[in-house]
Amino acid sequence: MPLIEIKNLHARIEDDGKEILKGIDLTIEPGEVHAIMGPNGSGKSTLSYVLSGRDGYEITEGSVMFDGVDLLEMEPDERSRAGLFLAFQYPVEIPGVTNSTFLREAVNARRKGQGEKEVDALQFVKMMREKTKKLGMSDEMLKRAVNFGFSGGEKKRNEILQMAVLEPKFAILDETDSGLDIDALKIVSDGVNSLRDPSRSMLVITHYQRLLNYIVPDKVHVMADGKIQRTGGKELAEELEASGYADYQEDAA
Amino acid sequence: MVATIETEQTVKELGAQKYKYGFVTDIDMEKAPKGLNEDIIRFISAKKNEPEWMLEWRLKAYSRWLDMTSPDWAKLNIDPIDYQDAYYYAAPKSKDDGPKSLDEVDPELLRTYEKLGIPLKEQEMLAGVAVDAVFDSVSVATTYKKKLEEQGIIFCSISEAMRNHPELVRKYMGTVVPQGDNFFAALNSAVFTDGSFVYVPKGVRCPMELSTYFRINTADTGQFERTLIIADEGSYVSYLEGCTAPQRDENQLHAAVVELIALDNAEIKYSTVQNWYPGDENGVGGIYNFVTKRAACRGKNSKVSWTQVETGSAITWKYPSCILQGDNSVGEFYSVAITNNHQQADTGTKMIHLGKNTRSTIISKGISAGQADNTYRGLVSIMPKAEGARNFTQCDSLLIGDKCGAHTVPYIESKNPTARIEHEATTAKISEDQLFYCKQRGLGDEDAVGLIVNGFCKEVMKELPMEFSVEAQKLIGISLEGSVG
Repeated sequence: MPLIEIKNLHARIEDDGKEILKGIDLTIEPGEVHAIMGPNGSGKSTLSYVLSGRDGYEITEGSVMFDGVDLLEMEPDERSRAGLFLAFQYPVEIPGVTNSTFLREAVNARRKGQGEKEVDALQFVKMMREKTKKLGMSDEMLKRAVNFGFSGGEKKRNEILQMAVLEPKFAILDETDSGLDIDALKIVSDGVNSLRDPSRSMLVITHYQRLLNYIVPDKVHVMADGKIQRTGGKELAEELEASGYADYQEDAA
Repeated sequence: MVATIETEQTVKELGAQKYKYGFVTDIDMEKAPKGLNEDIIRFISAKKNEPEWMLEWRLKAYSRWLDMTSPDWAKLNIDPIDYQDAYYYAAPKSKDDGPKSLDEVDPELLRTYEKLGIPLKEQEMLAGVAVDAVFDSVSVATTYKKKLEEQGIIFCSISEAMRNHPELVRKYMGTVVPQGDNFFAALNSAVFTDGSFVYVPKGVRCPMELSTYFRINTADTGQFERTLIIADEGSYVSYLEGCTAPQRDENQLHAAVVELIALDNAEIKYSTVQNWYPGDENGVGGIYNFVTKRAACRGKNSKVSWTQVETGSAITWKYPSCILQGDNSVGEFYSVAITNNHQQADTGTKMIHLGKNTRSTIISKGISAGQADNTYRGLVSIMPKAEGARNFTQCDSLLIGDKCGAHTVPYIESKNPTARIEHEATTAKISEDQLFYCKQRGLGDEDAVGLIVNGFCKEVMKELPMEFSVEAQKLIGISLEGSVG
């Protein structure tokens, strides 16, 4: 059974009724890493928001099955607890709430959903230290307020740390490479690669091919004008790097 | 028995002379009739077996009150209160009237207890379940008391203090908040029913947090509470008031007075969690809370720190203040005030700098949701002799939704050119982005709001004693239930 199965998904912006997704079909099997590439305004980020359930979009047609259940029927927090994770393009600051408190709340929300007891505080600290170490991050990051005063690179690394702690079945990485220098890109990619697992699927959204040199996908999709225009292997990314998106944008126009 | 006979005689004497309103009552009555007049005050005083000077004190307050009018400068909409249509004395309720078990208690209340993580046995006590020997608070309190007595610390009800330590009560009561200080303080001075008294002797550091929770005989004193705390030279005490569990009261009007006195090198830390019934989501019912809290840092190097978490009441009118008389004395005010639905709060502090090198810090966090109004009102006053005085004020407001209001009204007066006063204020909204981010990590609406607001209040919450802080954090989330989603 595929982990995620998107069929003919149409979505528009609630405020102005503008249609952004115009019939997306996408199937991802467990353990697969897919990349979605496309020009600005093609609907890549909208797809990530619609899948994670953000307010402001109306789904007009189509369906999304996640691990055998109807994803679109679920609240955003239920989707998260069911194993969907979104690494934000612009991670949000929460002043006064430490990273470790935030993550403990997130872990406890999962445990509560499964009728388990809250995580033991000491045990949690220990686990967090292991995770940060494994990702080559400093555990000083845990004591800082969530993304507050973080550099661009730190914010993206923090997203990967959260992903490592929450161990999702399906992770969407929304332009995780944007705003990263080459060193930060490498750290983030190493983190993502260390989380690749036969039972975990990922959808990597990016504008540039360079991220895919580090996170090598099983499949690459080209998205333009709210649709997937072409699907191929990792060589498709290289082809795009050479030719650009011009062909697809013309198609769209 | 002896005491009762004496009281009866007192009342009879009084009645013979002065019951000019023709109101005759029996000393065994549980409740004084409705209304407020001198006779009612005599009745209360007699009921409480008070010395003559106390009665005189009350009557003087009453006569002052008659000439006063209810203050109208706060940003509060208050329907006129008919003071003659209220009860001013009711004997503490008998345990037998209470529910027999938790099954008889309002399930809504139990749900909140559970969310706060209050253990079952404490739930029974809070809900007033009539079970003897279920809760060991009596034995705890006894152990407590013994330990305090060994150090010479007095911790009792103010009525008890009046009987057993009249010299202390007489010396200090009304010296910080005089009878005629303001309308509500005058009312309290005339009719106060009970409250706490604390005296910490010279050089003693109180070994534990003092909490009304562990002072037996505190039930049902909420309406006109009067508290007096004296920290003698070089002493320290931390006092906790209130409780996170929702408190209900059939009396809508509450007017408490709290006086703190810190002598040379003494320190008082006073923490409050106020969760009186705020009314329903349509703004019906709810407690009116008009409180006068003031501290005198009388001695040099003395320090008073107020920390408050205000989540309840339909109306809150409250300005815990510090009079910094002693040189180098320090006043602090840390406040979280949350208003939801139709609640209104006008709260803040006054820091009056009289002594040299006096310092004050004000950190206020106001959170407003629903259609509520939340006002910070504060005064920083530097008097001519307060050479080198310093103040730092930070007022932050957080809005949830678009129908609520947040207001900051700082008054600053400086009569000394060496003073340094800083004021910072911010207003922010909980953003959709923050909520979505939390939800994407698996937090429900309520947990998300609770987490964000707790982060916003962190500087204040960390001032709370450990005993309070965990429950208070949960309380913040519960107070904002239904404010989003």
